[in-house]
Amino acid sequence: MLKADRVISTTCPYCGVGCNLELHIKDDYIYRVTSPFDSVVNQGNLCVKGRYGYDFIYHKSRVTTPLIRKMPQQPGERTQAFDLSEWQEVSWDQALDYVADRLVEIYRRDGPHALATFLCAKATNEDNYLLQKVFRALFRTNNVDHCTRLCHAGSVVALQQAIGSAAMSNTASEVIKSDCFIVTGSNTPENHPIIALQMKAAVEKYGAKLIVVDPRRLELCNYATLWLPLKPGTNVPVFTGMAHVIIHEGLVNQDFIEARTEGYEEFVRSVEKFTPEYAEMVSGVDRNLIIEAARMYAKAERGAIYWGMGISQLSHGTASALSLVHLAFLTGHVGREGTGLNPLRGQNNVQGASDMGAMPYHYPGYMLVDDPINATKWETAWNIEAGGLNQTRGLTTTEILSNVRPGGVRSLYIMGENPMMSEPNLNLTRHHMQNLEFLVAQDLFINESGAFADVFLPAVSWAEKEGTFTNTDRRVQRVRQALAPRGQARPDWQIICDLAKRIEARLGRPNSAYWDYDYPSEILREVGDVIPEYHGVTYARIEEVGLQTPVADEEHPGTPYLFSESFPRGRGKFHPLEYVPSVELPDDEFPFILTTGRVLEHWHGGSMTRHSKLDELYPEARVEVNPVDASLMGIENGQTVRVSSRRGSIVLRATVTEKTTAGVVFIPFHFSEAAANLLTIDALDPQAKIPEFKACAVNVKPASIEELVNPEAQVLRGRY
Amino acid sequence: MTDIKITIDGQTVTVPAGTTILEAAKSIGIDIPVICFHEACTANALCRLCVVEIEGARLLSPSCVAEARDGMRIQTRNERVDRSRRTILEMLDSAINISESPEFMGFMDEYEADRNRFPEAKRRESPVTDDNPMYIRDYSQCVLCWRCVQVCADDAQYTYAINFSGRGFDTQISTFFEKPLPESTCVFCGQCVGVCPTGALKPKREWFFEQGLSPDDIMQLTRSERKKRRRETG
Repeated sequence: MLKADRVISTTCPYCGVGCNLELHIKDDYIYRVTSPFDSVVNQGNLCVKGRYGYDFIYHKSRVTTPLIRKMPQQPGERTQAFDLSEWQEVSWDQALDYVADRLVEIYRRDGPHALATFLCAKATNEDNYLLQKVFRALFRTNNVDHCTRLCHAGSVVALQQAIGSAAMSNTASEVIKSDCFIVTGSNTPENHPIIALQMKAAVEKYGAKLIVVDPRRLELCNYATLWLPLKPGTNVPVFTGMAHVIIHEGLVNQDFIEARTEGYEEFVRSVEKFTPEYAEMVSGVDRNLIIEAARMYAKAERGAIYWGMGISQLSHGTASALSLVHLAFLTGHVGREGTGLNPLRGQNNVQGASDMGAMPYHYPGYMLVDDPINATKWETAWNIEAGGLNQTRGLTTTEILSNVRPGGVRSLYIMGENPMMSEPNLNLTRHHMQNLEFLVAQDLFINESGAFADVFLPAVSWAEKEGTFTNTDRRVQRVRQALAPRGQARPDWQIICDLAKRIEARLGRPNSAYWDYDYPSEILREVGDVIPEYHGVTYARIEEVGLQTPVADEEHPGTPYLFSESFPRGRGKFHPLEYVPSVELPDDEFPFILTTGRVLEHWHGGSMTRHSKLDELYPEARVEVNPVDASLMGIENGQTVRVSSRRGSIVLRATVTEKTTAGVVFIPFHFSEAAANLLTIDALDPQAKIPEFKACAVNVKPASIEELVNPEAQVLRGRY
Repeated sequence: MTDIKITIDGQTVTVPAGTTILEAAKSIGIDIPVICFHEACTANALCRLCVVEIEGARLLSPSCVAEARDGMRIQTRNERVDRSRRTILEMLDSAINISESPEFMGFMDEYEADRNRFPEAKRRESPVTDDNPMYIRDYSQCVLCWRCVQVCADDAQYTYAINFSGRGFDTQISTFFEKPLPESTCVFCGQCVGVCPTGALKPKREWFFEQGLSPDDIMQLTRSERKKRRRETG
């Protein structure tokens, strides 16, 4: 029996739930992971990733030495180098000097707009704050974004427009206080497993009614009173149809509407055409289900809405999220315990990275970059001459890539992200990556994106550094160093500071923006001094239990639920909506709608989980096909098929299951050997610039098993 | 909620009605030993290690489920209670390998349990079940506390992958029809591993590591195992 050398308390690096962990370590090896049963976030429960998914730290292909490509890369001819033989091992000084030289050269030649960076929702608040500070304070560009663009940008923009704040309004565990809650566009048991436990308990133990609105018959449907199986991309008609019922049956909360909202009259007129009959015609959902769902939610004492990327990842993602906001406004189901508008944020620190300004339109604290008052605040904080900061909004992730060309973006600095897996229409992404003049990857592994890089900077994993993550319900929690860094790998914040000093010296800026931190707590202090949400967050205060932002001062207890008195923008604003179909609809040639997502056992582009034993549990991509479609196409369960769209084609096995509805096929996007994003469309929401991952047209045809990249890998799973 | 007053080991304590004797004792710093009870699970009074003597009651009462009643006078330690606990420990120890539970071994010392009290007892031997990449099951260390079944069901996970099978001495925790875990409804959350009081459920990494394998070996081994399994399943 093993006895731990030490047990380190920290926060899980996978999803936005932010489970508290205890890492049991012997000889620098994490051999067991437990969770304290008194944890306010997860009550001792974990999922398969949280319990077992950390062996990637020890994986042999992890890079722990700085690397520079042996063969100099030219724009247009850039190649992928996965093999270490194509890289030269160098010292940290050589690597950082080289990066600083090249970035400064491009900046001097082409100006701020030629530089761009992808920050990282896996990295800490401190790491993200610092890297955006490098690009804003030194390179004077706002081409700073991260994967929030690809997951909840639609929700963020909608909530900013309607309310003025883009976080979950309530605490996830408050779901047990709801008597009716809607879950839509979220496969919660696989993507936020611990919140799903609380949802199941709300139904089974506390008698809440659950309404699932989703094109897939997800596990959560087993607990639902109603399941509305809509066609992908028809959220606006379904939820506005519900609004129509609520208004016409007099179920509105008139007091709330008068006291807390604006634009109601105009909204009522815009809703007229969204009758349940119309909604049924467009979405395929029985009108009676829409009527019943509307009544159930509106008549609840405490109704809540939880949503995932089935709402936001559409070319009308902003409108989809607004259609949910309207339901809460009409019924007054916001601003109280057990109610609320709750976008379930995907990454462990996507809330934090967004708070830290990892977005092209906002400085930290959601301060718009084109407001001179905000610029002045940060010019003061960063010791920059007045008017020095760039006040033009930057490019979003997908736009950064599509602007790679002479005169456009020339260099990209990627911290931890993997656009070659996570962007839509990967063949086009590949083309853009090839055209970069200079690419830096700061990561654990040479993934599909890092393989294109000129320089690879080996960062440490979350278990080898100190910092904080902010989870989906705005709780800032500690991340603690449990292991010595592997090899020469270094914490991201230290890499960034060392690089920043080199850049600053080369640029000859008169003042230093300050990069000499002894410990990450000083970095969080610097942010908290400027942004009010983090004023009262200190490392000392979150030693045991995290604090939920906003935290006004060092006495403030944190904020479990928002908007009890008013909304940040004053009154909540109704936005009349139109139904805009998805950009690509099925036709004779491509008769199915492809929707993408995740599975329980894997994480996003797979840099972590596919280097873990988790991959043994789920080693291959599968396309889910409804039995009706399967029999029409002559496809059997387990058969190899080719799925094609207008943009690409992949080969994988089919799972014939009623988990997906007829006309819709589902593919998880974790698997590079059958990358779902080769198929997806790069159509963007006009406001949020989020791509339409959740709907494009494909066909599915039988293929031969020899066409599989790795026919030996086969999922043996009994779970639903 | 009304408050009631009880006396535990001579100390008087006021607790809300509905409080169990175990909770009431804990509130005044008296720790009653438990095996099957876990704060995250519904109490079922299976192991009876937590029995106490209530004045006037014919039998000893399991404190994890027995509610305190107004005026109760309770003894958590006396010769009768200790003898009962000692016998339970000796019987479990005679049939089950409890050596990997420090808590359990501590109770053995505290109650002066005799490890040779039942030398003829049949041992519950069982080969290690290694049917998945995440954790192993060694039911020769299982005391049938039921915690794993409970957290897999309504106490946490709502997955219902495991339950009791068999009767009497042959009772064991099992999947339906003893299917391998990957073919069951198991989602490998490891809630069961988290509440197991002995070494019966163990992360596979830990199991390999304590056999002296290095982290590299462990990674390597899983890959070859996967290949082996593929060959077997064709």
